[in-house]
Amino acid sequence: MPMAMPEPNTIVYKKRLSPNTVRIEVVAPLVAHKALPGQFIILRVHGRGERIPLTIADSDPEKGTITLLFQEVGASTLQLGLIEEGGKLHDVVGPLGHPTPIKNYGTACVVAGGLGTAEMYPIARALREAGNRVVTVVGARRQDLLVLLEEMESVSDELIVTTDDGSFGRKGVVTEPLKELVDDGKVDFVITCGPVIMMKFVAAATRDAGIPTFASLNPIMVDGTGMCGACRVSLGGVTKFACVDGPDFDAHQVDFELLMMRQKAFCEFEKRALEQWLAAHPERAQTWQQ
Amino acid sequence: MADDKENLQEAETGDEESGAKQPVVGPDGLTRKDRMKIKRHGMPEQTPEDRVRNFSSVVLGYDDETAYAEAQRCLNCKIPRCIDGCPAEIDIPGFIYAVLENDLEKSYRILKAANALPAVCGRVCPQEAQCELTCVLAKKSPVAIGRLEQYVAEKMLDHYEKEPPEIEHVPITKEKVAVIGAGPAGVTVAMDLKRMGYDVTIFEALHKPGGVLNYGIPPFRLPRRILNAELNTVAGMGIHVRCNIVFGKTLTYDDVMAQDFKAVFLGTGAGLPSFMGIPGENSNGVYSANEYLTRVNLMEAWDFPNADTPVFVGKHVCTVGAGNTAMDSARVSLRMPGVENSYIVYRRTKDEAPARREELHHAEEEGVIFKFLTQPIEVIHDDKNWITALKCIRMELGEPDESGRRRPVPVPDTEFTIPCDTLLMAIGQRPNPIAMRSIPGLGITRWGTVTVDEETMMTEVPGVFAGGDVTVGASTVIMAVGHGKKAARGIDAYLSGLRG
Repeated sequence: MPMAMPEPNTIVYKKRLSPNTVRIEVVAPLVAHKALPGQFIILRVHGRGERIPLTIADSDPEKGTITLLFQEVGASTLQLGLIEEGGKLHDVVGPLGHPTPIKNYGTACVVAGGLGTAEMYPIARALREAGNRVVTVVGARRQDLLVLLEEMESVSDELIVTTDDGSFGRKGVVTEPLKELVDDGKVDFVITCGPVIMMKFVAAATRDAGIPTFASLNPIMVDGTGMCGACRVSLGGVTKFACVDGPDFDAHQVDFELLMMRQKAFCEFEKRALEQWLAAHPERAQTWQQ
Repeated sequence: MADDKENLQEAETGDEESGAKQPVVGPDGLTRKDRMKIKRHGMPEQTPEDRVRNFSSVVLGYDDETAYAEAQRCLNCKIPRCIDGCPAEIDIPGFIYAVLENDLEKSYRILKAANALPAVCGRVCPQEAQCELTCVLAKKSPVAIGRLEQYVAEKMLDHYEKEPPEIEHVPITKEKVAVIGAGPAGVTVAMDLKRMGYDVTIFEALHKPGGVLNYGIPPFRLPRRILNAELNTVAGMGIHVRCNIVFGKTLTYDDVMAQDFKAVFLGTGAGLPSFMGIPGENSNGVYSANEYLTRVNLMEAWDFPNADTPVFVGKHVCTVGAGNTAMDSARVSLRMPGVENSYIVYRRTKDEAPARREELHHAEEEGVIFKFLTQPIEVIHDDKNWITALKCIRMELGEPDESGRRRPVPVPDTEFTIPCDTLLMAIGQRPNPIAMRSIPGLGITRWGTVTVDEETMMTEVPGVFAGGDVTVGASTVIMAVGHGKKAARGIDAYLSGLRG
């Protein structure tokens, strides 16, 4: 007898990838059916919860599930991290945003930092399926912050891993191997996702050579459907909404400095909410590390 | 005009049809002449000093005695002009007469027969420009139709909370219809079609139904308890309401057609915010009114950290624009902790302000500071990108423009700055194109609105109808309700035609 399909929004799989990084699979048949690489969802944990945007790291239309990765960095993601397999999310909506423009560019270099790897995995896979030679550069501060390495390896012709402290792979940052590839004239297309400062340097590394470079941006969002404008970013002086015009943009046009400053707009509130949450959840506060 | 005369004459002389000049006596024993002597009853409100400290309802509503006395003012005209002024076509003398009969249930039934959202409309309709403008007593002072509508609807919603009503059960005998957007237009179409026997599903992009009623209108104008109760009465009729479905993304036009929906109603509103395009507009602390109101109203940021979504508001808040959204933004700001000054910055004068008079009046009472004939030209910010001031220029009114209003023109060398740490852009909204893009063949104007046949509300795509703000740009709730009613008739006629 086939098992009855769990209700939509149910978490059917959960795995802790590092002390603060979690991978979940969520029942969301309509989203799974429509999701394309580069798109995201918005979820809420409870009835008065924040709308949290997360990249669709993978989707299985047959099972009707989507895979999400998140890092517990604040009160809302810590709440999310408490839901176990069989538990339900309050809301899931998507897929949102434009899919990444996938075609055969020749050699495509995928540059991922930390949790940005979750966004880049379906994109790398799609680029490979479109006939590209895919060179993936994944970086993180430490080994335990690297995610989806096996998955990335399976969809890449070449995988380069860097860590800031040298605890795994090459010691250093992702832009070093990227520059070497660029200097060798081996790259036709670059797409990147990760910390804003990293994306800024990726854009700088390919600018002179004029290599088409896309950055998948992650500004603050509320509705994710174009109605609020919280996620506005500046491209060559023109304002765009990341949720409906992106999230992928020409990295050479993006004002990364502005994006970094706008991401900090609510940090006082985030700190306050986090402190209050940790005070109310002493057990989790013990195991959680900033 | 002739009708008015007839109505008034009748009021003064009694019913002419009865032959003698005999006064017509209502269930309360009053004649028309008696009724005309009663003065319009004011609406009790929280004092401005009290209400700026809370998000509770500004208006307190009529009590039973006041409502009855106000209902006594209605002349029950033979040719009721008030109905001409009501886009929802409510039998206004009918529902008021039922108040005099002490039959609130009947009164509410009359309201609901025409309008899915009487409690909402009683509160947010600009009655002074609609039913109360065409009321035969308008020249002296019209019957307080809106306040009576609010009284009846809220009284009955309270009653039904304790004693749930019998569910209005209409068997499904007709086709499936998809309604996109659970705002006032969509909810109206859904209710009317459901009553005709259609199988109606509403698809809503946000996590709650209500559309602008939920994300845009603040709770002190429309308490959420009342909004939710009213929306529940619609869902309770057996209409399917599916939230978290972005039409055009989660579900496309092709999908709903494949699922055997025979008609689609697009009621997706005007949710896309406008910015001015001035330097520094992307500074931290600058919001679209939509974002600000969505955070506070829909996400309940006024109650952070008990609700998870925050909103930053500093001490000095400038709101650009003078429509209802601007008034809502400026008045929400007054209620946020720490705010010292809430300014409205508008390039024309009070006379041209598009907001409802009552909203302007409430904003003034509460202490909003109006800077008329003032045009923002630049957002000044610090090196961390936080806004510190709004640079403006003084304006004067020149020749009338195409809208008929005198065009504001800058006065040279009058630049000045308003120090502020929060700036809200309330300069208009346009329709969101996501849903439209999924329907090939729609006619779209240069304002991004969908073109429709004004009688049937059908778009250029057969079987696809539209109404509310998506067809006209940001307008009123009651306009959306009126469109919804027309569209329901249009859809029924269209599908009946297909059946042959």
